[in-house]
Amino acid sequence: MTTLVLAHQGISPAERLKDAAAVSFVALLLGIPMIGLTTVDQGGALRIATRWPMLFAFVAACFAGRLLLRYGLDHWRLRKLAREQAVAAAGARSLATSPLLTWIGWGALGVSLVLPIVFSDNRYVVDTATTVLIYVMLGWGLNVVVGLAGLLDLGYVAFYAVGAYTYGVLATQLGWTFWQALPVAGLMAATFGVILGWPTLRLRGDYLAIVTLGFGEIIRVILVNWTELSGGPNGISSIPRPSFFGLPFKPPGDDPTFASFFGLEYSPNQRIIFLYYLILALALLTNLFVSRMRKLPIGRAWEAMREDEIACKAMGINARNVKLSAFAIGAMLGGFAGVFFAARQGFISPESFTFNESAIILAIVVLGGMGSQLGVVLASLVLVLLPELGRDFAEYRMLIFGAAMILIMVWKPGGILSHREPTLRYLGGGKQ
Amino acid sequence: MALALQQLINGLTLGAVYGLIAIGYTMVYGIIGMINFAHGDIYMVSAFIAVTAFTLLATFGISSIPLSLLLVLLVAVLFTSVYGWTVERIAYRPLRGSSRLAPLISAIGMSIFLQNMVQLTQGARVKPIAPVLVGGIDLLTIDGFTVRLAYSQILIVFVTVALMAGFTWLITRTSFGRQQRSCEQDRTMTALLGINVDRTISLTFMLGAALAAVAGVMVTVYYGVVDFYIGFVAGIKAFTAAVLGGIGSLPGAMLGGLLIGLIEAFWAAYLSAEYKDVATFSILILVLMFRPSGLLGRPEVEKV
Amino acid sequence: MSAASPLLSVERLTMRFGGLLAIDDLSLDVAARQITGVIGPNGAGKTTFFNCLTGFYKPTIGSIRLNHPQRGVMRLEELASHQVARTAQVVRTFQNIRLFPKMTVLENLIVAQHNALQHASRFSLAGIFALPGYRRAEQAAMDKAVGWLKRLNLIDKADTAAGDLPYGMQRRIEIARALCVDPLLLCLDEPAAGLNPRESAELNELLKHLARDEGIAILLIEHDMSVVMNVSDHICVLNYGRKIAEGAPLQIQRDPNVIKAYLGEEDADEELHPEAVQP
Repeated sequence: MTTLVLAHQGISPAERLKDAAAVSFVALLLGIPMIGLTTVDQGGALRIATRWPMLFAFVAACFAGRLLLRYGLDHWRLRKLAREQAVAAAGARSLATSPLLTWIGWGALGVSLVLPIVFSDNRYVVDTATTVLIYVMLGWGLNVVVGLAGLLDLGYVAFYAVGAYTYGVLATQLGWTFWQALPVAGLMAATFGVILGWPTLRLRGDYLAIVTLGFGEIIRVILVNWTELSGGPNGISSIPRPSFFGLPFKPPGDDPTFASFFGLEYSPNQRIIFLYYLILALALLTNLFVSRMRKLPIGRAWEAMREDEIACKAMGINARNVKLSAFAIGAMLGGFAGVFFAARQGFISPESFTFNESAIILAIVVLGGMGSQLGVVLASLVLVLLPELGRDFAEYRMLIFGAAMILIMVWKPGGILSHREPTLRYLGGGKQ
Repeated sequence: MALALQQLINGLTLGAVYGLIAIGYTMVYGIIGMINFAHGDIYMVSAFIAVTAFTLLATFGISSIPLSLLLVLLVAVLFTSVYGWTVERIAYRPLRGSSRLAPLISAIGMSIFLQNMVQLTQGARVKPIAPVLVGGIDLLTIDGFTVRLAYSQILIVFVTVALMAGFTWLITRTSFGRQQRSCEQDRTMTALLGINVDRTISLTFMLGAALAAVAGVMVTVYYGVVDFYIGFVAGIKAFTAAVLGGIGSLPGAMLGGLLIGLIEAFWAAYLSAEYKDVATFSILILVLMFRPSGLLGRPEVEKV
Repeated sequence: MSAASPLLSVERLTMRFGGLLAIDDLSLDVAARQITGVIGPNGAGKTTFFNCLTGFYKPTIGSIRLNHPQRGVMRLEELASHQVARTAQVVRTFQNIRLFPKMTVLENLIVAQHNALQHASRFSLAGIFALPGYRRAEQAAMDKAVGWLKRLNLIDKADTAAGDLPYGMQRRIEIARALCVDPLLLCLDEPAAGLNPRESAELNELLKHLARDEGIAILLIEHDMSVVMNVSDHICVLNYGRKIAEGAPLQIQRDPNVIKAYLGEEDADEELHPEAVQP
């Protein structure tokens, strides 16, 4: 049932062509109703439109692609086999960190610190970088649940929404500031994590996934319909922006502002840059926090739970508590990101919290290599920058991400950067 | 009273559709033990194929309702099964025997891919088709409220019952059915007996897709509109139906479908239309908490 | 059986799965500081017995009482699986090895000390800031893990991912990991399966050492008669879920019931090639 590696070795060119022809035939069947034919709205009634050249191109691409892929795969498999034998002969694989990755990590940190200084009058760059950082933070938060604890959460956006709406409501109805609302919103999101987790964590992995998906939708439906609290489909607007320790970012007036206090000339970019550094700080704190948690008993228990739940129980670990803590902490981090999102946009509505958003965050974690902090950064960069490259990329973004999720799982289930660093070592003095 | 009767009719119709989709979930779960997250999207694809096929027939001037229905069903079932086969081949087969998270993620990737593929190739706008089957029978009138049984509803219930009968025969009486059931019990042993397990799994996916295709055609006829997002909600509801009936059980899937359809119809009529989806999700969570084996399923013993 | 009250006493234990009677009215005592062998043909209910003992299955009828030196009499059948390990200190290994394959050997052993460390980390607060109390606890956990790794000859592999190591080594790691939970009673499910004769002999020495010197009672499911007969103080034989014989190794070897039901018609295959049975 598993494909034998060596079975592909002696395949003849005729067989390759036959194989590619079979693939093209399937592609043709798939393509006829979706690519070859479509319907267009013409004066209220549908009319058939054909795209035969496009279908032909698609089938031809599948033919050529299959030939190349098959050829490449065969060679790659042989080499992989040889490499694995070499590794097996040399003993078990080492777990040493790649110094290159460490340097890339530090480099990325350096770039992110100086970016707004270099682009201080380019609002677009700083804004886009802020968006990237929001996704980085969400990715790191979800990584706790999916990457470390191995629980597939398809409704992560619900916690993001809870954070955003908690701040939105507290700020517009009770006049709370950003800094007052931040911890409360985090706690609120964590509470929701526990409420969701409590009944569902006994379930098998795939049930959990679909229940979290449903939960995400429930939250969205409630936000759309509970108009008194959430403003319904219109959302909540004029949410106050965060201040710099009480100093607002405003044109000079009676009260001291950020610009007047520091004797600077007022510029609207100051707030943009402040927001950038704020999310950078939040994201870095998240990273530090998660990295530290990973090296604590609770973090090791998360990973052990992912590896083998039954063995965990046999070691006296309370599986439910461990999973709940992962859920709660992941949710809390999502909630923090939500508060920042609300404060940055000044406006929130249920439209920002659809399943699509959950899918994007999950894609970031999966593509980045589950459990890898740097991978999440790279995946977020690609995800946010891709649509900025042009309208075509924006349209194809989710298509590409869906396909990439399948490919990565088939090719390298650990993700692109799937290296795992041990949480502590015996060699090197014993500690860490 | 009249409203209740009307909702009973509507709920049964809806439930029949959910049941058809739910069978796809339950069969795939039975044979490979995983949730096919892309199944709802397969159903959505079939609805689009139905829209195209209906429009094509109208272009050719075929106006006989039974003929066009039959042709559309045939075309949709054929093409959708190819989609079902491809999904299994690309996203699931290479992952058989890997960690439990990997096939789930690739299934979600497939679901995202299909949704966006349809959105790109067929457009993001809602597609309304010319009504195929109009009219119905006015059953009775109470206090000015007329209970109406639409012809399309009769069609849906009729087709579903016929399919269920045929399907039960297929699973219980044919050689494919026996192979399918033996794969469910023990895949390794089945393979040792010389049965092509890969082929049986592929056929199972195709069958599930074919049933989803019928559901897709029925929904297109019933509502007359289709968009690329319908697979998501219908998928979750059908999945809930499968879980409620007992995942792995075919009669359970149908029973679950009918119950979910009825609950939704009555909830929307008497409690709150806005929160009808919340009702379904809550049922899902409650069933999983208190009776994970569903109404007709067998309890699973955790293997240690 | 010793006259003093036993460490573990199982009374009238019955486990039914639908129509299948996996364990039928089993009563058994396990003495402290002794090795008790549980043998029987494949499908005799040995692993099911372990699953009932360690809280993974709820027995249909019967009681499992543990005489805990500090905590008094505990009813194991009422505890969840993690409580059995944590509070009753009854720890098990698995027939089809269940390590945390991507984690290093050392990490595997540290995870086994989760409860003590988690307590010391004070809901992770003391842990996050690496307060002295937590650092001490971590060092102690480390010392214990390293101690066992050295004793079991695994220290060279401390930083290797457990899943990458050979089978025999994984068996030892699983025992080392169970020892890190501080067991009062250690339940080993076929620890010698897949070991070569040298490894098997080492295992014998280890088991004896654990019972005599560390005072750990051991319940041992094993097909390898060279291990069971050599190390066991007491042996219980199961067949079709029932206890058919009990006594000292020499007694068991001569018991006509055992010879008939288990060793059968001088079928040496059972001894030489123990097969893995599904639980």
